[in-house]
Amino acid sequence: MHWWFPGDGNAYSTLGGKIDDLFYLILVIVSVTFVGTSAALGYALWRGASIKPEEKVWFSHGSHSLEVIWTIVPSAVLLFIALYQLDVWAEYRMKGFAKEKDGSPKQITVVAEVTARQFEWRIRYPANGKPLKPTPQPDDIYSVNELHVPTGGLVSITLRTDDVQHAFFVPMLRVKQDAVPGKMIPVWFDATMPRDYEMLCAELCGWGHYKMKAKLVAQSADDFEAWKNKASAEQFDDGYRKPAE
Amino acid sequence: MSTLNPTLDHADHADHGDHSHGHDHAHKQSFISQYVFSTDHKMIGKQFLITTMLMMMVGGALALAVRWQLARPWERMPIFGDMVFGADGGQISPDAYTMLFTMHATVMIFLVIIPVLAGAFGNFLIPLQIGADDMAFPTLNMLSYWFMWPAIFLFGASFFMYGGGPASGWTSYPLLSLLREAAPGSGDAQTLWLLGLTFVGVSSMMGSVNYMTTIINMRAPGMTLFRMPLTIWSMFITAILQAFALPVLTAAGFMMVSDRMLGTCFFVPSGIVVNNAPPTVGGGQTLLWQHLFWFYSHPAVYIMLLPAMGMVSDMLACMCRKPVFGYKPMVYSMAAIAGLGFIVWGHHMFISGMNPALGMTFMVSTIMIALPSAIKTFNWIGTIWGGRVQFNSVMLYCTAFVSMFVIGGLSGIFMAAVPVDIYIHDTYFIVAHFHYVIFGATLFGVFGAIQFWFPKMYGRMMNETVGKIHFLLTFIGFNCTFYPMHMLGIAGMPRRYADPYHFPYLEHLLPLNQFMTAAAFLMGFAQFLLLGNFFYSMYFGPKCGRNPWGANGLEWTAPSPPGHGNFDVLPVVYHGPYEYGSPVSGDKDFLMQTEYVPLAQRVAAEEHH
Repeated sequence: MHWWFPGDGNAYSTLGGKIDDLFYLILVIVSVTFVGTSAALGYALWRGASIKPEEKVWFSHGSHSLEVIWTIVPSAVLLFIALYQLDVWAEYRMKGFAKEKDGSPKQITVVAEVTARQFEWRIRYPANGKPLKPTPQPDDIYSVNELHVPTGGLVSITLRTDDVQHAFFVPMLRVKQDAVPGKMIPVWFDATMPRDYEMLCAELCGWGHYKMKAKLVAQSADDFEAWKNKASAEQFDDGYRKPAE
Repeated sequence: MSTLNPTLDHADHADHGDHSHGHDHAHKQSFISQYVFSTDHKMIGKQFLITTMLMMMVGGALALAVRWQLARPWERMPIFGDMVFGADGGQISPDAYTMLFTMHATVMIFLVIIPVLAGAFGNFLIPLQIGADDMAFPTLNMLSYWFMWPAIFLFGASFFMYGGGPASGWTSYPLLSLLREAAPGSGDAQTLWLLGLTFVGVSSMMGSVNYMTTIINMRAPGMTLFRMPLTIWSMFITAILQAFALPVLTAAGFMMVSDRMLGTCFFVPSGIVVNNAPPTVGGGQTLLWQHLFWFYSHPAVYIMLLPAMGMVSDMLACMCRKPVFGYKPMVYSMAAIAGLGFIVWGHHMFISGMNPALGMTFMVSTIMIALPSAIKTFNWIGTIWGGRVQFNSVMLYCTAFVSMFVIGGLSGIFMAAVPVDIYIHDTYFIVAHFHYVIFGATLFGVFGAIQFWFPKMYGRMMNETVGKIHFLLTFIGFNCTFYPMHMLGIAGMPRRYADPYHFPYLEHLLPLNQFMTAAAFLMGFAQFLLLGNFFYSMYFGPKCGRNPWGANGLEWTAPSPPGHGNFDVLPVVYHGPYEYGSPVSGDKDFLMQTEYVPLAQRVAAEEHH
């Protein structure tokens, strides 16, 4: 009976933790509101049902001061909720574009280009020690339905689609972004623990929408580099070996 | 029959001599002009109501098929599955699944919720509640009903196209919906779907123009704007919303049809290869569709809610025997919802890849739209507070409306908050949210309204016991089906998955889904009680007088059912619509809007108070 956040309920990314905190904050506020309004509604109904026949109803067309109170108080709470969220959103989608305080551009490693298509994920990594280029390079490394990223710091992927819309969704990291035809969208996230995470599509993309099953493999930086070397060696291996001398 | 000037009507009767006493059967009408191509707003309202109730059963059947797949994935579905998916051994194939949820939403939104509010109750109630003898444009009104039928046929026919029905969701995001190769359902079915949507739009637009004109021009003497029942205010605001938002959707629909059929590329970027088809030439933007679509469809959410809010306010005041608390704040908050409703569409697109800066403004406006909703809720509770609550089925439906609306409204805050939305976007959380608002609030309001205004429609009462049983079963079934969806969403289960259990982290949700499906079937079959009650009471219900509920509105001064032309006496309005329990009302606890109280009596009551 585990009907809460997936896995052990924790987010495995820094931002995911903040998102969960905001979720719980809203949950507390709406729970209090729900209990309060439901209690008021229940009490009003109970009183209205037990009113005596000779008793008169409360003949009132409203109360100006009550209206003022229940306009100002909720608007203050709502405005607080809204403004309190802004920073996390900025961190998720905007701060990566901004420059550092000293004017240098942000250093977020672009690890891979993730291209969604009906119904799989194709991933292209640059060769070790090289940056990702917008167009495919001869020494690029490819994988399908398995995205490897290093842990320990923000990484970025470039999200694309070959055909219709898809969405990149890693529930345990609380990351989601639509892949839009004709656009290349950077997505930043970090994975705090080296392990496998489930990765899926969250935007209707056709009959096979439910089967775009993939995994995100978070590894330490060394393991990631080693994996890339190994993958590159496998990919470019043509089976030819020099005859034994 | 001219409607703008009722005196002409009287002159007409005078010419025919002895007919003048009987407004209602002044003209003998043929069966066709009375029941089929009727220009009488009441008949059109009833036509809309019965059509939408039948469509509700169709949409419900589609939903139950969806629920079947989620409870018993890839298993043979008895009866329905054997009939429809016989070739697949009675099991729902993944592409059929996408068609089922697409058409469930399409039918429920475009053929049930929007027409039942504006079409059925708007038509029936507007002239009666403002004291007019019909709509301003009766023929246009008739056409607005008959334009629904091409839509119904086009939606229906789309299932029989090569490849099956439309399968890109009711939102029809391109390129999935646009390129024929993208999905089996994106062939001719999608074109028919778009044309059907256009017909629904034309129908709504004709209604909207009519309602605005009627409400502005045809109010009875004394019916000032702030003496109008909140139902009329809500219909008025809805009509304005529709008039401004709908053209955008119609234009977008035509753009998509021309992309599909004429080779334009409004929504098609270049170089896209779908299913090994030749690359698109393009130059367009897929996000443009989302903006245009939601620019209509977000206000449409309020089109699907505001009239129910108005009707529930009317019914609550009547069933609590006291005035609506804060009449003007109610009106202003509806206007605020409508106004803000135009600047929040982007909250459907937080993670769509639009400029992230827009996410911030749309979040603030979206969260602030909760404010007028909160004000309305507090005023409803204030209306019940200190009243004499009549616990009949109407009151039960209205109470359910208020409390389900509270849940639906509060769950909306999670999604309005962009960072939280990153996670719960396109999960079952959103499915829970909009069903709480559209079913939990609107449809319960509609059930109440059916029970409440049925006596005025047919001159007979609906059965109270059956109404209560229907309420209870629907309420239990509804909450057991949709409340757990919040949990599914938090667990990260995405929408529109034919088989979520394919993913290890969702496997454990199967038993919960099976429970929800059982509840959904309970809820679905409970609707036969409503239909049975409705059609049985139409012929065999106990007859009632003009005002069975002791209500104040003008519609209750007319005979039940009102004849053609509505009123036998031209109503003159002296009060607001909610003077229940007024000290000047004498020995009864309501004061009809037409009842004149002499000044002396009013002063005496004031001093006595």
